[in-house]
Amino acid sequence: MRHIISVLMENEAGALARVVGLFAQRGYNIESLNVAPTEDATLSRLTLVTKGEDKVIEQITKHLNKLIEVVKLVDLTEGEHIERELMMIKVRATGAQREEVKRTCDIFRGQIIDVTPTTYTIQVTGNEDKVNAFLDALSGATIMEVARTGVSGVARGDKSLSL
Amino acid sequence: MTQPASEPEMLSGGEMLIRSLKDQGVKYLYGYPGGAVLHIYDAIHKQSDVQHILVRHEQAATHMADAYARATGKAGVVLVTSGPGATNAITGIATAYMDSIPMVVITGQVMSHLIGGDAFQETDMMGLSRPVVKHNISVRDPKEIPNIVKKAFYIAESGRPGPVVIDVPKDMTMPNEKFPYEYPDRIKMRSYNPVKKGHSGQIRKAVSTLLQAKRPIIYTGGGVILGKASKELTHLAQQLNYPVTNTLMGLGAYPGTDRQFVGMLGMHGSYEANMTMHHADVILAIGARFDDRVTNNPAKFCPDATIIHIDIDPASISKIVTADIPIVGPVKPVLKEMLEQIDQAKIKVDEEALGLWWEQIDEWRQRHGGRYRTDDADRMKPQHVIETLCKVTRGDAYICSDVGQHQMFAAQYYQYNKPNRWINSGGLGTMGFGLPAAMGVQLNFPDADVVCVTGEGSIQMNIQELSTCKQYGLPVKILCLNNGYLGMVRQWQDMNYESRYSNSYMDSLPDFCALAESYGHVGIKIEHASELEAKLEEAMSIRDKAVFIDVLIDPDEHVYPMQVPGGAINDMFLSKTERT
Ligand SMILES: Cc1ncc(C[n+]2csc(CCOP(=O)(O)OP(=O)(O)O)c2C)c(N)n1
Ligand SMILES: [Mg+2]
Repeated sequence: MRHIISVLMENEAGALARVVGLFAQRGYNIESLNVAPTEDATLSRLTLVTKGEDKVIEQITKHLNKLIEVVKLVDLTEGEHIERELMMIKVRATGAQREEVKRTCDIFRGQIIDVTPTTYTIQVTGNEDKVNAFLDALSGATIMEVARTGVSGVARGDKSLSL
Repeated sequence: MTQPASEPEMLSGGEMLIRSLKDQGVKYLYGYPGGAVLHIYDAIHKQSDVQHILVRHEQAATHMADAYARATGKAGVVLVTSGPGATNAITGIATAYMDSIPMVVITGQVMSHLIGGDAFQETDMMGLSRPVVKHNISVRDPKEIPNIVKKAFYIAESGRPGPVVIDVPKDMTMPNEKFPYEYPDRIKMRSYNPVKKGHSGQIRKAVSTLLQAKRPIIYTGGGVILGKASKELTHLAQQLNYPVTNTLMGLGAYPGTDRQFVGMLGMHGSYEANMTMHHADVILAIGARFDDRVTNNPAKFCPDATIIHIDIDPASISKIVTADIPIVGPVKPVLKEMLEQIDQAKIKVDEEALGLWWEQIDEWRQRHGGRYRTDDADRMKPQHVIETLCKVTRGDAYICSDVGQHQMFAAQYYQYNKPNRWINSGGLGTMGFGLPAAMGVQLNFPDADVVCVTGEGSIQMNIQELSTCKQYGLPVKILCLNNGYLGMVRQWQDMNYESRYSNSYMDSLPDFCALAESYGHVGIKIEHASELEAKLEEAMSIRDKAVFIDVLIDPDEHVYPMQVPGGAINDMFLSKTERT
């Protein structure tokens, strides 16, 4: 099953390497990963998407918790949660394609954030499925470049991952 | 401290490092100098509180520190230079890591501004050591050194212990840059808070299951020794009259000569231990991690058993075998609480079932209790050598083992009645561990009998340490079970490769006795069983010198029992011709 795990950790050099190293060393899979500082400059928040049987996920969260710099973590997929990913995609936009791409972009509520006579750069946000669906919908166009942030998320309601 | 608190002493980074060790109570530092750590070595020279032990290879420094930790429970300390010094230390760090041994390893590093530029003797020790340490810390500001040292010891020794590396760029130790020194009393970390006790509800469930058992067994590992809970374990087992088995790492936690002890379990475990495990209805696992050398095929592991698992590390629980009743916590307080609850419990042990269970266990014991072939009088049996060693040392020596058949014989045939006496590399299985380990123990227990049980293969992996032994006057006894082969490899080749001995025969062995003598030690050769006991007595009576005892043993001997690959825990070869 797919899990989204969010980790609060000390904002220290080497902490990220430890998380990534753990996954490599123990053969756990990472589908996506993002990390950035939080409102508290001493903490950064890392969110990763992984797939595995329950037993493997249990080991993953236990081993993450064992890392000395990890302060707290949550498996967002255990409860109601909101997930978002941002994608920027640069496509060839000439001739009939130009209109077609724009229409698809509108349907997905994407934004064109950069324009040249021959290209569009589009930004879409949404959960992983939506972002994937947009990519599929553009399969007729010439995709020049894709940049995705990976999934980030928070729990719904009052629950929060904080100290 | 002589200085008033308002006026802290001014020390350089190098001096702070050594002073912090002193204030941490460190007596010995095991190491080897080099460019990146010369400021630190100069700081060592200017004081006499922390004594530096100069080894002949950095790996030996790590094993000495490691063995000190295994014998005392306190972190051993290592100091090595950058680059090759650090890489030479890696094997020893990994050895400690696999067996959860507390250790603090200080490695030199090139100047901060040179890091990343492939400078002379630069190696990324933070990256290199990451998978084999509990934690590592790079010093970025000399002022932080006392705090970092305190933190390193705290992390190494608390929770599930393990090695911690402190990487120190040379510019952090400049002799002319001084900083106010103060050693912290304690460390608090928001991201690291090891558990202090077990969950009482879980303990209650465990006690009730345990008391209703009809065919119980207590299976304990290195965690009982690390957690200093040998007394509580013994108390619990004897109160219940349940059988006890120890893992390779757990030997000595329960008295080896006691009737309730059924021996070591696992790959080379005793017949009765593996049989008792397999047929148990309740297994109380304490500080053990269901290693593949114990379980054999996990899918066939102990089919009837309800498993209670106590461990300080949640990641060890339900990793290989699912625990029915997990208890996360330090072993000692958990066992204490179990004992209290047992006292108050309304349910009592099922004496009748237990009587039948003991009958069954005793029958297994009768059938195959640690027997070995003794018909060939010409050839000395390694098992007999270890039994004789046990007799001569009254089962009270520190036995520091290398890795191979001799290690298994030393585990099977020496009876350990006390914890911290059996010192071996279980998890990593590091050949070359034995001699430096024995030296580390002897240095800290000068009056104790310390024996390195080794093979002619293993001893040559760190034989240069005979020189260190001489320099520090360490009277260790090296008992070499010399079979002329990498015996454990040969055994596998006999069993799985139709005796094709690919590279397991060692030609051109030295005359070990002459070699030891050239270092200034004593050499004693034993060629016949008839002279074994007297010569061992003689060797053990030498108090002021190291002794190399070269015992020529039967090269054909195999370690039995041996689990059948892919089988259940009780599927065993019992000799060259018998199988369960
Ligand atoms: C550093 C290292 N290299 C290789 C091995 C694999 N190995 C395990 S036992 C063994 C043979 C050990 O020979 P010896 O020390 O003579 O002991 P014996 O088995 O003959 O008693 C080998 C090569 C190991 N455990 N450690
Ligand atoms: Mg040998």
